Amino acid sequence: MRLVADLIVGGLAAGALYGLMALGLVLIYKTTDVVNFGHADMAMLSTFIAYALHVQAGWALVPAVFGAVAFAALLGVLMERAVMKPARDRKATVLGLVVATLGMALILNGTAGIIWGHDVKSFPYVASGAPLQVGGVVIPRDQIFNLAVGVGLAAGLHSFFRFSNVGVAMRATISNRTAASLMGIPVSRMFVLSWAIGAALGAVAGMLAAPTLFLEPNRMVDLLIKGFAAAVLGGFTSMPGAVVGGLGLGLLENFVGAYVSLDLKDTFAFLLIVVVLAVRPEGLLGRPVRKRV
Amino acid sequence: MRDRVLQAAVAAVVALLPAIVPGYYLYVLTLGMIWAVAAVGLNVLTGFTGQISIGHAGFVGIGAYTSALLALKVGWPFWMTLPAAGFLTAATGWLLGVPALRLSGPYLAIATLGFGTAVSQVLLKWERLTGGYMGLKPPRPSLGSWTLAGDTALYYLTAGVLASMTLAATNLVRSPVGRAFVAVRDSEAAAQASGIDPARTKTLAFAVSAFYAGIAGALYAHMVGYVSPSDFNLLISIFLMSAIVIGGLASIPGSVAGAVVLTVGFQLLSGVRDLRTVVYGLALVLTVIFIPGGLWRATARWRAAGRQRIMVRPSVVEKDHAAS
Repeated sequence: MRLVADLIVGGLAAGALYGLMALGLVLIYKTTDVVNFGHADMAMLSTFIAYALHVQAGWALVPAVFGAVAFAALLGVLMERAVMKPARDRKATVLGLVVATLGMALILNGTAGIIWGHDVKSFPYVASGAPLQVGGVVIPRDQIFNLAVGVGLAAGLHSFFRFSNVGVAMRATISNRTAASLMGIPVSRMFVLSWAIGAALGAVAGMLAAPTLFLEPNRMVDLLIKGFAAAVLGGFTSMPGAVVGGLGLGLLENFVGAYVSLDLKDTFAFLLIVVVLAVRPEGLLGRPVRKRV
Repeated sequence: MRDRVLQAAVAAVVALLPAIVPGYYLYVLTLGMIWAVAAVGLNVLTGFTGQISIGHAGFVGIGAYTSALLALKVGWPFWMTLPAAGFLTAATGWLLGVPALRLSGPYLAIATLGFGTAVSQVLLKWERLTGGYMGLKPPRPSLGSWTLAGDTALYYLTAGVLASMTLAATNLVRSPVGRAFVAVRDSEAAAQASGIDPARTKTLAFAVSAFYAGIAGALYAHMVGYVSPSDFNLLISIFLMSAIVIGGLASIPGSVAGAVVLTVGFQLLSGVRDLRTVVYGLALVLTVIFIPGGLWRATARWRAAGRQRIMVRPSVVEKDHAAS
């Protein structure tokens, strides 16, 4: 029983990070129609910035984390303005846009390698201290913290879209680009904003995952695939779906690891992607996509 | 006419290179031609049929391990393991094509990315069969008692395989099957209205493409003499995608040129890996933005113009992939 409780808590904590990755991916996809294959490398580079500020420049951890989030947002703006917009303006195809994000992933990955090398570095937990005991279940603080941050950011994003003017403008852009621009919404600025928010969410996920994954330019690819799996599970067009998909993936993966095979844990994300796409492409919460001919 | 002259010139240069080029570079060129086989296959799938694959190294890996294991554990000679690797990988490609049927554009990219990473993880974890990260050491290709061990012999073998597979692909894309590939790429609905079965066409493209990857994998395994799971990771899949995007989507000569040039660059820059990653990334981004048709088409003006009558349009994936 205790084992089951541990698995649930650990699964949800990991799932919250997958959900954050998925949330950024879905937001960018919904607004700009681009699936960002550079998401993990953007998160990785931002985490390295936090590392540089905290360990190398001696900042306290919290300001370093916020600095890294700001950096991620700027990186998102740069991606949209310097790469995606020129590509879109020249009528790049879906494949072209995917390849452009892959190219950006390589550039960021190589840059991190040049600056910080490939020695594995450790990154501190934001929340540390003695584990909490809740009804006989021992819960490490960082797991509670991850879950709280994940759910909190998702809720914050939800109210942003619901209640703020900018959020409503973004939703308008998502639902109909032409109509939104006719209503005076600066659509291209909404694109930039969605890249900035998406990249910032990815950076948070990266920094929360870094203490357990350790920090090295190639270590966060896993997070990309998990983020994709979570997004696909949730439907890829639904932001609540991304969070639910992330938590679900974290749980499923932990139980597969414990009861089926630890070796299969990594391959599981791929199996899940294939099964969900084959059986129910709209995911748990997404709307079916109908293609006009 | 100029086509023929160009082809003859290329053939002559390829045949004479071993006399001039020193051993190591011959090895690098051989490697480039092996990746060219895989790139041609990927272009049949992505360039001609419009189906993205970011996990193609997974197919190459399956081919390499199939051939290596058949040679090591069953003792088959190379001339049997090579086609066996091709056909087994083609079967895998066909199987992956079935769930991929319902996907388009970015979704397919995600699924194939997952496939590629899953293959390298399975190769790593299935230690009893694959030797895990220690890898396998398949023997050199041999025909009877004659072993192809030297750089020159392996070079000619690879050149021969590449030439025949390129010729086959060129003929395939001009055949009714190839026209069906292009039709499905440009408009599935219109293709269906013309009596083409999109599902069969797409799975066939997956199988053909995987066949090429499998052959490339088998050549790689026996040429290098060592395979390990990390030889077929995500970076290699992206590398293959780069080769056809930079060389030219839906262009067979473009894929060959792209793969050879990128492999040579890859080896030359192997001392500065991270810089190489940046350079390759920049090349990809710049190609997408400035020469979406790829280098082969960009240089078409000074080559014999007016060919590639229907394949010129680099419109690769349905435009309204998510009209929601």
